[in-house]
Amino acid sequence: MKRKWALLGIVPAVMAVLTGCEPLLVLDPKGPQAQTQAKDIMLSIGIMSFIVIAVFALLAYMLIKYRASKLPADYEPPHIEGSKVVEAICIGIPVIIVAFLSVVSVQSNNKVEAMPKGYEDQKPLVIYASSSNWKWHFSYPEENIETVNYLYIPTDRPLEFKLYSYGPITSFWIPQLGGQKYAMSDMVNTLYLAADVPGEYMGRNANFSGKGFAENTFNVKAVTQDEFDKWVKEVKATAAPLTEEKFKELLEPGHVGQSTYTGTHLAFMPAPEGEHGGHDHGSSDAGEHSEHGESNHNHH
Amino acid sequence: MGFFDRFAVPHPNPAIYASMVAIGLTVIAIVAGLTYFKKWGYLWREWLTTVDHKRIGIMYLISALLMLFRGGADAIMMRAQLAVPDNTLLDAQHYNEIFTTHGVVMIIFMAMPFIMALMNFVVPLQIGARDVAFPRLNALSFWLFFMGAMLFNISFVIGGSPDAGWTSYFPLAGNEFSQSVGTNYYMIAIQIAGIGTLMTGINFITTILKMRAPGMTLMKMPMFTWSSLITNVIIVFAFPVLTVALAMGTLDRLFGTNFFTTDNGGMDMLWANLFWVWGHPEVYILILPAFGIYSEVISTFARRNLYGYKSMVASMVVISVFSFLVWAHHFFTMGQGAVANSIFSITTMAIAIPTGVKIFNWLFTLWKGKIVITTPMLYALLFIPLFTIGGVTGVMLGMSAADYQYHNTMFLVAHFHMVIIPGVVFAMLAGLTYYWPKMFGFMLNERIGKITAWTIAIGTLLAFMPMFFSGLDGQARRMYTYSASTGFGVWNMISFIGALGLAAGFVLIVYNIYHSIRYASRDIGSDPWDARTLEWATHSPVPAYNFAVVPQVDSIEAFWDAKKKGHILFKGEYEKIHMPNNSGVPFIMSCIFFVWGFSFVFSMWIPVIISTIGIFACMALRSFEEDHGHYISVEKIEETETKLRGVS
Repeated sequence: MKRKWALLGIVPAVMAVLTGCEPLLVLDPKGPQAQTQAKDIMLSIGIMSFIVIAVFALLAYMLIKYRASKLPADYEPPHIEGSKVVEAICIGIPVIIVAFLSVVSVQSNNKVEAMPKGYEDQKPLVIYASSSNWKWHFSYPEENIETVNYLYIPTDRPLEFKLYSYGPITSFWIPQLGGQKYAMSDMVNTLYLAADVPGEYMGRNANFSGKGFAENTFNVKAVTQDEFDKWVKEVKATAAPLTEEKFKELLEPGHVGQSTYTGTHLAFMPAPEGEHGGHDHGSSDAGEHSEHGESNHNHH
Repeated sequence: MGFFDRFAVPHPNPAIYASMVAIGLTVIAIVAGLTYFKKWGYLWREWLTTVDHKRIGIMYLISALLMLFRGGADAIMMRAQLAVPDNTLLDAQHYNEIFTTHGVVMIIFMAMPFIMALMNFVVPLQIGARDVAFPRLNALSFWLFFMGAMLFNISFVIGGSPDAGWTSYFPLAGNEFSQSVGTNYYMIAIQIAGIGTLMTGINFITTILKMRAPGMTLMKMPMFTWSSLITNVIIVFAFPVLTVALAMGTLDRLFGTNFFTTDNGGMDMLWANLFWVWGHPEVYILILPAFGIYSEVISTFARRNLYGYKSMVASMVVISVFSFLVWAHHFFTMGQGAVANSIFSITTMAIAIPTGVKIFNWLFTLWKGKIVITTPMLYALLFIPLFTIGGVTGVMLGMSAADYQYHNTMFLVAHFHMVIIPGVVFAMLAGLTYYWPKMFGFMLNERIGKITAWTIAIGTLLAFMPMFFSGLDGQARRMYTYSASTGFGVWNMISFIGALGLAAGFVLIVYNIYHSIRYASRDIGSDPWDARTLEWATHSPVPAYNFAVVPQVDSIEAFWDAKKKGHILFKGEYEKIHMPNNSGVPFIMSCIFFVWGFSFVFSMWIPVIISTIGIFACMALRSFEEDHGHYISVEKIEETETKLRGVS
């Protein structure tokens, strides 16, 4: 049995060494939401390792002690029905672990679904992120500009992404800023993120959407608010206006690289929220969306 | 598109042409072989028309092994494509088709028939019955599954494979984004196989509830039978959802309805919900019979009764209920909000509790036992640590906030392979090795078997452990390529090596079968493993009527008690035995179903109408047919028993 343990041990060991080289994206958070998630992940890895070790240890003990070759030839295993105490422990400890993780999970759910912690009192930057085969369109309604396949964001300010899709379901994901959420064509999802540190981050569509899915990525550049304002000004001064024809051209399936426009497509092709939604859900969620829509964008 | 253009493969490449040639040659070889050896009559009488649960089980087994290689070929191509960055072995379209068919084939046409094979072969023997409750329905179940599988498999040479993932989320799977007939194949082939599965569910519930040997109360049933009962209850509740969802998807694609479209009142999210309302219980449909096999194997080779029998049963019941309450964890990121996610997060993690109970009970079954490491036992012992890794990562995925980071990544892919391979595949291989002597009267080679188990276990670890890391590093699943700068290369290369290891393991299984057919001893008796349950109380291979005299049971381990405590299992004299007649109708009806499905895929309505009439004609024929079965006479039984005893 030693051979088995040696072999089973080698693989995780090799991987532990390999991971030492560079932090994995998800475990190298640059914003409060990703931080919450990374913490949950590390916590659950810790608790789960305890369970894995307990199971491995029990299995090893049984195999070492009760191998037929280690027992006398005339040994007859007894008939054992089971024990209430042992079973209570086998149920009790997992119940405690699951209960604890449930509390953590519920708390984190509320965190990742709300404005990032520490940013509650700030007005979020609203960005409409819509996908089409196989691109991302980012509309900044307040700044009245639009980018394709890249995202400029200010640090230390909450970001409110409004996600929807022209086509298949996609999933908007910037691992270092926070987990993903679906973009769908008949409703708008809201995802709150924030970046603590300036830098360039990888963003992508994580949900399979057909032929061009693998390259369905975008660049995220987080800069200070001052630099962000400067960038907005520059775009407004230099970029071409986004016309309806141009946008329809952009929607055609394919890969187009990065581009920048003044104006947003929201003016002539509103997001599927509120009265433009694919469904009249009548749920509180839909009500919330339309409220946001009105309060934030009634000026254009 | 012209009528005949639709039959052409939309994205042909040399590999597909080579497959066409290979399929053609195989068919010619089979037809020529059957004709040359004059085996057509034998094939028809003994196999195509059989209603014997043992033969149907063996046919399921052969189909499952064939599909394992089909799905495995897909897997190797995928891993080869991803082994190095910017690889051009496959293009995006081809890769998308392959991961779609890999998923569907492995779940629906490999894992399902594998558990059906073992249920069919083992359950009636384990409860001391002569066959299942509805033998002819059972044959129909098998042939419908088989024709569904064949229909699905011809897609890549006629008309193109489905390419929207095994989950086929709308609107990607709708007409706008999936224009080839591939997704039609998906909808209709799975539908046909699914009807078969649903009938199996009804059949086995009836069999287990009504046909147990005298004295075998529910709480004296062997654990595999218990797991089969609960599995079939889940089937009966879950499969109708799939039936309806596939019917709606078919209507959307072929008749322009708007169930899952994104405008005209359709809702794409509805498909995801319906799919997983079936899809999550489906996971437990696969894993519970596997748990049953492990319970039998561990108890047999620990030479001890199963620890905590009652809690084993209770935990399966709890799992079966919870399996219907967790479906939304497959799309925590769909935007249903913190409250809904919290509920599904808690139910998901709660499933770990009954599953944990089972793991601990197996460990305590080893306690004070006398552990003999045979090939089936080796699979079971490798299952425990590997499945634990897969299981705890499932709890991690169940934490919905963190799932926003795991979702759609290789982390998820690693998780479900680490539960399904050690959980289901190891169990099926353990079951295959364990029941092989009962099926065929000789054992598989133990030395090769153990080498195989080790190869597969190490291959599994190498193939799937790296995915946990590449997932956390941002590698989304279903990407056909990635650039070198992402740093995913090293993980994927290790995975590829692991996949080769798995492939080597599966080739070894085939070699082992060949080797054992040639060299294994036929003189092994009826109980080569010194087992504990009824299926080992009859001869190997098993006579058509299973037991010459119906066994009398008064404990969980009736056969063990018969061996050790002098319990008398077979009381009374031989009497004539009533058996069902063979019938060609299930096979013929399923062939018509195949034509029906194929015509449906290509919207050829006249053949659809004709074959629909044919299907109803077969059912009418059955309704008006008088078939009272036949009797096996006492002399015939005596003759068979003497002959079998001579061998054993």
